Amino acid sequence: MQSDWLFIGLFVLIVALFPGVPILLAGLIGPHKLSLTKSQTYECGLETVGDTWVQFRVQYYIFALTFLVFDVELVFLFPWAVAFGQLTMFGLLSGVIFILILFIELLAAWRKGVLEWA
Amino acid sequence: MNFISDPVAFIADLLAKLLFRIGLSQIQVTVVSEFIGAFLLGVFGFSLVIFTIWLERKLYGRIQDRIGPNRVGPWGIFQTFPDMIKIFTKEYITPVGADKIVYNLAPILSVSAVLLTWAVIPFAPTIVGTDLNVGVIYLMAVGSIGALGIILAGWSSNNKYSLIGAFRAVAQVVSYEVPMILALLIPVLLGQSMGVNSLVYAQKVWFIFLAPVAAFIFFTSCMAETGRAPFDLLEAESEIVAGYQTEYSGLKFGMFYVGEFLHAFTISALVATLFLGGWRGPWAQQVPILGVAWFFMKTFLVYFVVVLIRISMPRLRIDQMLNFNWKFLTPLALVMLIVTAFVEKGFLLISPDLGLTDSALPWVRAGVHLFSNLVVVLITIQILKSHRIKAVRVVAKPRPVAVAPEPPASVIS
Repeated sequence: MQSDWLFIGLFVLIVALFPGVPILLAGLIGPHKLSLTKSQTYECGLETVGDTWVQFRVQYYIFALTFLVFDVELVFLFPWAVAFGQLTMFGLLSGVIFILILFIELLAAWRKGVLEWA
Repeated sequence: MNFISDPVAFIADLLAKLLFRIGLSQIQVTVVSEFIGAFLLGVFGFSLVIFTIWLERKLYGRIQDRIGPNRVGPWGIFQTFPDMIKIFTKEYITPVGADKIVYNLAPILSVSAVLLTWAVIPFAPTIVGTDLNVGVIYLMAVGSIGALGIILAGWSSNNKYSLIGAFRAVAQVVSYEVPMILALLIPVLLGQSMGVNSLVYAQKVWFIFLAPVAAFIFFTSCMAETGRAPFDLLEAESEIVAGYQTEYSGLKFGMFYVGEFLHAFTISALVATLFLGGWRGPWAQQVPILGVAWFFMKTFLVYFVVVLIRISMPRLRIDQMLNFNWKFLTPLALVMLIVTAFVEKGFLLISPDLGLTDSALPWVRAGVHLFSNLVVVLITIQILKSHRIKAVRVVAKPRPVAVAPEPPASVIS
């Protein structure tokens, strides 16, 4: 059990080094001829106007929020699914009611127009 | 444990004995052998990309009636190596005003998030990185890091196109995680375990026969997660240059490329493991090395479908993509979950009274589940049809036409 997580820990380390080290090496090998014109932002060949990090469309944010609600609740369903064989009828129904709450949530968001890309 | 039937376990055993001889303690031996295992798994994942890039380019060429790469090596199989050398010697250009740390972290994150998935995928009954008992949750957790890499890349580049790409990633990659997780719940429910290897053991009948709808939902949402052709809004070259990777050059761009190809192969492996029985096949349990062959056969079959879809489908619009996710896949997955739960529970209650033999039981169970899936599919098609008619009517409304203004009366007379 602990050795499982040891493997994951080592693997995280290795997996971070695998792309990291070649990127560093390529930085050493590659040419360094920087100029101000070259390092300008690429936007249609014209000079950039205004700040990049501006206010953005709220729709993206709303979708992320809807996702968050779903994701947090879905994780609670995993223990229910794993123990499915030992569940009583009450356990089954409470799980299904939980899913139905999710469904109602989705329908509420739908009716409210959150899911429209307007 | 002999060398031909199970080489990996054999070598691992030999190595452990060797390290004991040198005089390492039990813990040190574990750490060293796990390190070597992890390293080899990483190398394997990385070198797989070299092959899949060639395979995909070749398939792409063939389907478009071209030959594809054919110069370096037999059938152009080594084409990736010159490309690698070329991209290795390119200059890094960091745009003015970029957030340096985040900008450099993003390509590393997008590759490592995908590679991390391989830690829990079983290649054979004994050949598996690590058999976590919460493997499915691990898959979910690691899968969402990939989206983070894309968002960081788009945000830090100080480019408006990149930023739009990142926002689209928020809307798309993040949204499609909902039906993916819902579809993932169904194999967990059927196999009653969260360990990936024990889910493979549970597939006496492949889960694609028990839950074809869940397999479809999982496959589609995984396709969307990779951000490739029908769902490549985050890097739509005709709209936003190259999306989140516009400002990247050299190997930093190359790493995004590697990450994308590896992701496509990884989702094929996931579909093969969770729904097509993974390493399951004739004699796989006795001869583990055969399991590897079965596993890769299934994975490449799914990968072929992934590439085929990438080549033949046009890009979706963002509202279509979101509607498809939130108004079709998510409700369908929720309904499917409830139906599967009731059918499974009913079958568990009834099955002792049926007096079935052990060999017939999984097949009867599969038949019941398949039937319930078919009913849901038929109802879904009916609902979709009724909505389709409405949509056509809306489109068919007369549009306002520009009419030349009436000439003033004075001109006529």
